[in-house]
Formats: sequence, structure tokens, C-alpha cells
Amino acid sequence: MVRLITHNLLACHVKGCDSNNFPLTFSDAEVEIRETEYNAEFLKGFFPKLEWKALVDSARQLGDVSLPETPPIDYDSNEEFLRALHHVLLEIHVQEGSMICPNCKHVYRIQSGIPNMLLAEHEVAGR
Amino acid sequence: MSRPEFEAPPEIYYGDEEAKKYTSNTRNQEIQAQMTDRALELLSLPPGPAMLLDIGCGSGLSGEILDEEGHVWVGVDIAPSMLEVALEREVEGDLFLQDIGQGFGFRPGSFDGAISISVLQWLCNADTTSPTSSPYARLTRFFTTLHASLSNGSKAVFQFYPQNDDQIQLIMGVALKAGFTGGLVVDYPNSKKAKKYFLCLFVGGSVPGKGRQQQLPQGLTGEPEGIQYEKRRTENSNERGRKDKKRRNIKDKEWILKKKDLYRRRGKEDVPRDSKYTGRRRKPIF
Repeated sequence: MVRLITHNLLACHVKGCDSNNFPLTFSDAEVEIRETEYNAEFLKGFFPKLEWKALVDSARQLGDVSLPETPPIDYDSNEEFLRALHHVLLEIHVQEGSMICPNCKHVYRIQSGIPNMLLAEHEVAGR
Repeated sequence: MSRPEFEAPPEIYYGDEEAKKYTSNTRNQEIQAQMTDRALELLSLPPGPAMLLDIGCGSGLSGEILDEEGHVWVGVDIAPSMLEVALEREVEGDLFLQDIGQGFGFRPGSFDGAISISVLQWLCNADTTSPTSSPYARLTRFFTTLHASLSNGSKAVFQFYPQNDDQIQLIMGVALKAGFTGGLVVDYPNSKKAKKYFLCLFVGGSVPGKGRQQQLPQGLTGEPEGIQYEKRRTENSNERGRKDKKRRNIKDKEWILKKKDLYRRRGKEDVPRDSKYTGRRRKPIF
């Protein structure tokens, strides 16, 4: 159940990997679409936090091209846009596959919708 | 009362069986729900849906309540079996298998708040001797990365079961060093069973849009509401115990050793050492 909304918040947290570590690249992703309730208020509130380019790129990796390269200026009143955003953010679930850090190439495996974020001892950051 | 965190690391303690047991136990469900409601109350989110982080989400018992309130949430837990149960229960939030002591990788300002029910005490046990897994190092990574991933003006509320005052000091100290402000809220401080500790931490000093300082909420006092199963059970067992055997007045060696052991475990100082004289019967001439 990795949705793009969480994927858009997620960077690699391996020790010393602190630049170019976002967004994680999907590979061999199996996608499931699950409908959820449309909540415009939430989307409007959340929109400023999104990394737009990362979101569009990741959506395209998963085969969804409904989002424009640059978001419309009237994003908070454009119903059609918000619907598309809702679909991409909250309804696309990655069930299987992996996410790979573009910098250190750490592979986070996704199994039955749960990504394994555990690190090996030597990858844990010191204090 | 034995503490589960003494028995095994969480990912092992909450194996398949324990995970199912924990989730299907109605008493757990009720307590968990009460504590989640209270944590949400302490979180005092601005109206409207928010993006929340559930730390140690387990099988999603608290997540369900967040769903009901209309929030979008992300849950992290270290026990795969618990997460499996959460999947079966089809919770709405995204789940991550993650060791919170290793720190988070979320972007700065990702979440509008965080809750955590009965988790922090697990971080205070080291399971290996390596310096990166000392409780202090784990707590530090946890609080610093959490602080970074919360948005300005947001709060994090942790319900936890501290073992002793030292543990509270350790947790608070690390949290404050990580940049949080806030403190401990104790509900029902005079009740033995209903007493609950909530650590309320703030990011940034002021409430967004209101421009005033964050105030630490008051703990609940007076009589706890709801059904107190635990209390009823102890009353019953006391009565039964009294009927069965009369209270023994003579403190024999076994009893003394037990008490001294208890005091030592609680960290009491100046407990006399055990020797061959401990609890020895005096001569009748004395």
C-alpha cells in the first residue's frame, strides 16, 4: 500500500546518503487501483507540501500520465485537476516491487504493499 | 506485572500469535481506542483533515480511529506480524516496516502531527551491545528525524509506560535536545490503574495563525470514566485470597529475600546485602 502521497514524502535514510536521495525510483512495480473517497479540502491543504516534479515523474514510472508537467495556477478551484491529483496521490497503490535510492542504490523491497525500511547495522546513521 | 518489553524485542514479541491475540482482545481494543482519542485531543489539530504519522501503528487499531476522523495517515511498525494483521483488517493508511530507532527518512515538514500509543518504552531497551543501538543513540535518531519530518507548529503525542523516573528523564532529555518543546501530561495521577503518561512535544513555539505560545495541556484528574475491568478483577481476587488463607504475620527468610530483591529491581538504594544472617531465627533466650 505505498501510495504516491507517501512516496512523495519519502527519502533514503541510509547513513551518509543525504544528497540526491529523493525521490526513490520504482522498479518492477505491481500497481493496484483502489478507489477512495474524494476529499478536496485535504488535497488543497496538502498541495503546497508536494514535490511536484518528483510526483509527476513517479506517476509516469507507474504508467499514469494524467498530471501536467507544471501544476495549474488555479489548483485550488480546478475540480478536474484535483480529481486527477486525488487519483494519483491516493488511489494508486504499489503492491509489489522495490524502491531504489537514486544516490546509494539501496533497495527497499515492497512486499504485499509494505515496504521494508529496515537498515543493516552499518547503514544506520551514527549520532 | 511483567512488562512485554523485557521479554523480547518487539518484532519477536509480537509474532503471529501475539499479534492476533493483541488485536482481537476487546479490552486492548477499548484501552487503545481511549488512549488514541485522548492523544488526538492532546494533539488539538486545527479543523480539517490532516496528514498524520502513527508511530508503532501495530495492527492499525489507532489508525482506524484516525480514519474515522477523516485524517490521512502513515503507520510505521517493526513487527511484520502486526502489519500483516493490519493488512487483513484493510486499514486505510500506508504501512511501513521500519525500526523507529534507526530514524525516519521523511522529507522535512511532511506531517501535521504524530501519535504513538504504548511504544516509547520499547526504545529504552538495547538488544545488542553495539554503540549505535544504545537506548540513547536510538532515542536520539528517533527524535531528531521525527522533529525534522514534522511541520512547524505541529505536535507529537506519545502515550507510554515509563519504568521509572530515570526513563522519563532520559526520554524528555533527548526529545528536548532534538529541538522539541513541551512536556509530560499525566492523566489520573492518583489512580494506580488508570494513570497514563502522555508526552506532548511541540515543534516550534507558537500555534500557526494564532501567534501565541503553545500551552502544555492539563492532565485529567478525578475519577476515570468507562468500565474499569482491572479494578474489578483485583477486588474480586483480594476477597477470594482473604478467604483462602489468613494473612501471614511472620516474615520468614523467603519473604525478606523477595522484598529485598524487589527493592533492588526498583532501584532503591541502601538495600542491605543478603548474608547467612538474613532472616535468621533468633534463639528463644534472647
